Amino acid sequence: MSGPDGDAAGAETERRQPVRVVLAKLGLDGHDRGLKVVARMLRDAGLEVIYLGLRQTTESILLAVEQEDADVIGLSIHNGGHLTLAPRMVEAVRATGTDVPVVVGGIVPDVDLERLAEAGVFAVLGPGASAAEVARTVRAAAARRA
Amino acid sequence: MTAGPAAGPTPERAAPHPDGEPPTAPGDVTALFERARGGDRRALGRLLTYTERGGPLADAVAVAAWPLAGAAHVVGMTGAPGVGKSTLTDRLAQVAADDGWRVAILAVDPSSPLTGGAILGDRVRMGSAATPGGPFVRSMASRGQSGGLALAALSAVRLLDAAGHDLIIVETVGIGQVEVDIARTADTTIVAVSPGWGDAVQANKAGLLEMADIFVVNKADRAGATDARRDLEYMLDLGHRAGWRPPVALTVATTGEGADELFKHVQDHRQHLRTSSAEAERRARHVAEEVRRHLHRWVDQLVEQPTRQTEALFAEVAQGDLAPSAAAQRLAGEVGQVPERDAPGADDEPEV
Repeated sequence: MSGPDGDAAGAETERRQPVRVVLAKLGLDGHDRGLKVVARMLRDAGLEVIYLGLRQTTESILLAVEQEDADVIGLSIHNGGHLTLAPRMVEAVRATGTDVPVVVGGIVPDVDLERLAEAGVFAVLGPGASAAEVARTVRAAAARRA
Repeated sequence: MTAGPAAGPTPERAAPHPDGEPPTAPGDVTALFERARGGDRRALGRLLTYTERGGPLADAVAVAAWPLAGAAHVVGMTGAPGVGKSTLTDRLAQVAADDGWRVAILAVDPSSPLTGGAILGDRVRMGSAATPGGPFVRSMASRGQSGGLALAALSAVRLLDAAGHDLIIVETVGIGQVEVDIARTADTTIVAVSPGWGDAVQANKAGLLEMADIFVVNKADRAGATDARRDLEYMLDLGHRAGWRPPVALTVATTGEGADELFKHVQDHRQHLRTSSAEAERRARHVAEEVRRHLHRWVDQLVEQPTRQTEALFAEVAQGDLAPSAAAQRLAGEVGQVPERDAPGADDEPEV
């Protein structure tokens, strides 16, 4: 991560437009508590969260991204399917000819990080990530897209 | 723990804009607008973003949309948090879609007054939003602007209208003046309550109820639903607007029960408006209201973002050389002449 993001209060200055992020769980994965905490973290950092919640598909996420003109997709994965699900999401985004960045949150073993990076995942946020780190990462992703 | 490609040799330069260069001139808006009219959801999504942000691009969108808008029927759905507005909106949209209407939903939620952030969760309750043939759903945060939100929401409605939707449902939490303002410009306003929300006394004191064209008692499978309906009917017995007595529908949004009846009420009200002798007057009132909101924006801008000229004027007032009323009169002549706060395209600056 680079960039002089102070992040302290996190609130958007009046001039800046809030970053819009779609948060979802892809596929069969019932653990949405972490995603709800992340939604709150991002809201408190001044971002606009479009919360989709459980049991989404790549299609339903893309539909939301289009209609909501979202800057970032946040995927929460706790079922061990990250190596399948995250690259599938990235591929689906690219297939539409856009480049909305995908940030993954959840339980991802260190050995898989590189493969996710190669697949085009912008960043992976693990259980230890602070609220400031989460907000900074999503903002950095949004900046890349713009 | 943060890891990922950003740590690697990723180019720091911004990736190309998904729609080519970000539009900086109204002409680019025209191209997006044509795509949106052709059914391009991404183009429509982007135009809604411009509308939401305000400024010159929003004005360009509004100018492009206005001549093509006017055919849609606009329904306002409001009520206290938790009564089931989103689920009900979803059901209503489904019934209308089955009847051949092209439906769009604008779901307005409050921003945090402290951080400006927002959690927009209405899509969770809108199953049809997740299906490709479903309604176009856009979530909008209030972004702390009081008059601005009402204007942005209204402009978004005009845009969705111009893009070919013929039923537009605007969902707001019925707790504040802004929400009331938004609902007031709808053609049909639905006020949703749930059993146990209060008695006839509450009904009379809540100003929200006076603007209802249709009442819904949602969660009608729970105890007290018929009591709630009776209280509303009692209140209506005491008086209502001439020509239209608001019906009180009972629904169970989670199962879809009563949604057909609710949509029938919407159609009846639409028919009532069309045949009403006061229809031309009502339309004229709406147009005046819309112009007034745009005018307010120009005035707000002048007041909230003083230029060197206005600062000098304020100083004159402070020194006692000029009366505040005289200064205001001089400023009134400048409304609409001030440059926009943001340079065109400045909104597209990366957010780091």
